[in-house]
Amino acid sequence: MKNSLNSHTRGELLGIEAHEVCVDYNGTVALYDASLQLKAGSICGLVGMNGAGKSTFFKALMGFIRPSTGTIRINGSSVSKAQRDQIVAYVPQNEGIDCSFPVSVWDVVMMGRYGSMNFLRIPRESDRQAVWHALERVELLELRSRPIGALSGGQRKRAFLARAIAQRASVLLLDEPFSGVDVRTEKLMSELFLQFRNESRTILISTHDLSHVRDFCDLVVLINKTVLAYGETSEIFTKENLTMTFGGMPPDLLSGATSSEDYFQ
Amino acid sequence: MNDLFINVTPLSLILEPLTHEFMRRALIVSALVGGVCGLLSCYMTLKGWALMGDAVSHAVMPGVVVAYALGIPFSIGAFVFGVGSVALIGFIKQKSRIKEDTVIGLVFTGFFALGLVLVSKIKSNIDLMHILFGSPLGISSSDVQQTLIILAVVVAILLFFRRDLMLYCFDATHARSIGINTGMLHYLLLSVLSLAAVAGLQTVGIILVVAMLITPGATAYLLTDRFDRMTYLAIISSVTSSIIGVYISYWSDIETGGSIVLVQTIIFLFAFLFAPRYGILKSHGSTHL
Ligand SMILES: Nc1ncnc2c1ncn2[C@@H]1O[C@H](COP(=O)(O)OP(=O)(O)OP(=O)(O)O)[C@@H](O)[C@H]1O
Ligand SMILES: [Mg+2]
Repeated sequence: MKNSLNSHTRGELLGIEAHEVCVDYNGTVALYDASLQLKAGSICGLVGMNGAGKSTFFKALMGFIRPSTGTIRINGSSVSKAQRDQIVAYVPQNEGIDCSFPVSVWDVVMMGRYGSMNFLRIPRESDRQAVWHALERVELLELRSRPIGALSGGQRKRAFLARAIAQRASVLLLDEPFSGVDVRTEKLMSELFLQFRNESRTILISTHDLSHVRDFCDLVVLINKTVLAYGETSEIFTKENLTMTFGGMPPDLLSGATSSEDYFQ
Repeated sequence: MNDLFINVTPLSLILEPLTHEFMRRALIVSALVGGVCGLLSCYMTLKGWALMGDAVSHAVMPGVVVAYALGIPFSIGAFVFGVGSVALIGFIKQKSRIKEDTVIGLVFTGFFALGLVLVSKIKSNIDLMHILFGSPLGISSSDVQQTLIILAVVVAILLFFRRDLMLYCFDATHARSIGINTGMLHYLLLSVLSLAAVAGLQTVGIILVVAMLITPGATAYLLTDRFDRMTYLAIISSVTSSIIGVYISYWSDIETGGSIVLVQTIIFLFAFLFAPRYGILKSHGSTHL
């Protein structure tokens, strides 16, 4: 099951590759033998319970946590090269920023362009256009000159998504982009993700809402301290696999759906 | 002296001191040190490094003493000990379960005590009071030279890396994720802090240098929501208070370091009370936009 994707990806461009990645926090294992290959240009859902290691996996993909073993490649290059080439953008689960910092929404989104600017980070016209366009896509254009601290939680989430968009990366790593956003923003975001796929970007999203996986994820990765299964959503997103992922709990209880049949045709 | 007070005019209050070489020197050095520390103070306050600034400025003390004893430029000794204290803080924090602010307090008092002991033991012509409280009115021309070189280096680094350092203070995770070397920026900021502390101790002395490194930034932070504007305001308030402080010190014969910092504190209090949006006496109608 683990390698169910290999037949599909052979010969295709790989967006994200992890090979036997192990991560521990001072000896406590958070992730072991996590291997996967996700083809470029797809939306991929990362599903697992609280503490399953989703955020840890993102951090390992970004090189923020050094895996004790294993290798990671993004669009075929090493993580640090991918970062330097602005191939990968990351929006963490919690931004962990000081919200009273004296910067505007515009300034924050402009930070997405820094990696593509010259050394003094002086914005060119193309950078301003990228920022404008990104703010437009997340519908934050009117609030662009507000201090970042004067945004609501959901608006702030959109601002950080806009920063990732402005980066124009081809691989987007989004850790729980839907947490704490209203239905309208949720719709806006899922439409954005579909547009990204049409722009042949690779998107990895962790989510606790299983309907997202069914609705717009091409691929799904089930994770619980290791990659339990991954592949095409239609093949992998089964009741048995989900029960295994959530430690024996029937998935309909976890998803809050009225009927589990909604999710599995 | 008497006839001087008879025909005192506001203009002569300003111009008379300028006839003295030592006052011209003191004003220029204090203003430049003020400007540079003011710029750096924005990063210090936003990064939450006030205590770190205090630590580094105290920790340079033994370095200054050793440098004078060895006959090398005091800035080199100070820099080595400033960076050394930071490295030691990092090391102890990593290797023990003690909280960071405790480690910082522990290390800088240790270094400072070492400095005091060295001053009393090493035979030299260092005036302890000059190091502790600064003496811009009595600064020697070789010290002026060193200070100007230090300031030039600090300004060059801060201007060259201003955006990266701002991003580092705001969101180090993002800085890393776009391939910026944040470890390098961390040590760069610490090195700049050590250098600025050395420059600052010339004007206000070791004990009060931390005020130069946080007060202007804190004042400016109350006045604006824009980073660039904050840096300008910090520089302006810091330069102004340095100049006014030196004048007050000259005319009323009080401690220069104390008077500079006191002016800075008064400007801060004004901002605290009357800042348009964040002052405590702001008009009730003002909105948070
Ligand atoms: N900094 C840390 N130090 C020690 N252990 C950690 C640290 N961060 C996470 N862990 C542990 O690693 C495991 C995986 O955590 P992780 O944050 O990756 O979970 P997650 O899947 O993102 O959960 P959630 O759905 O709640 O966001 C958890 O058991 C957690 O307790
Ligand atoms: Mg998480």
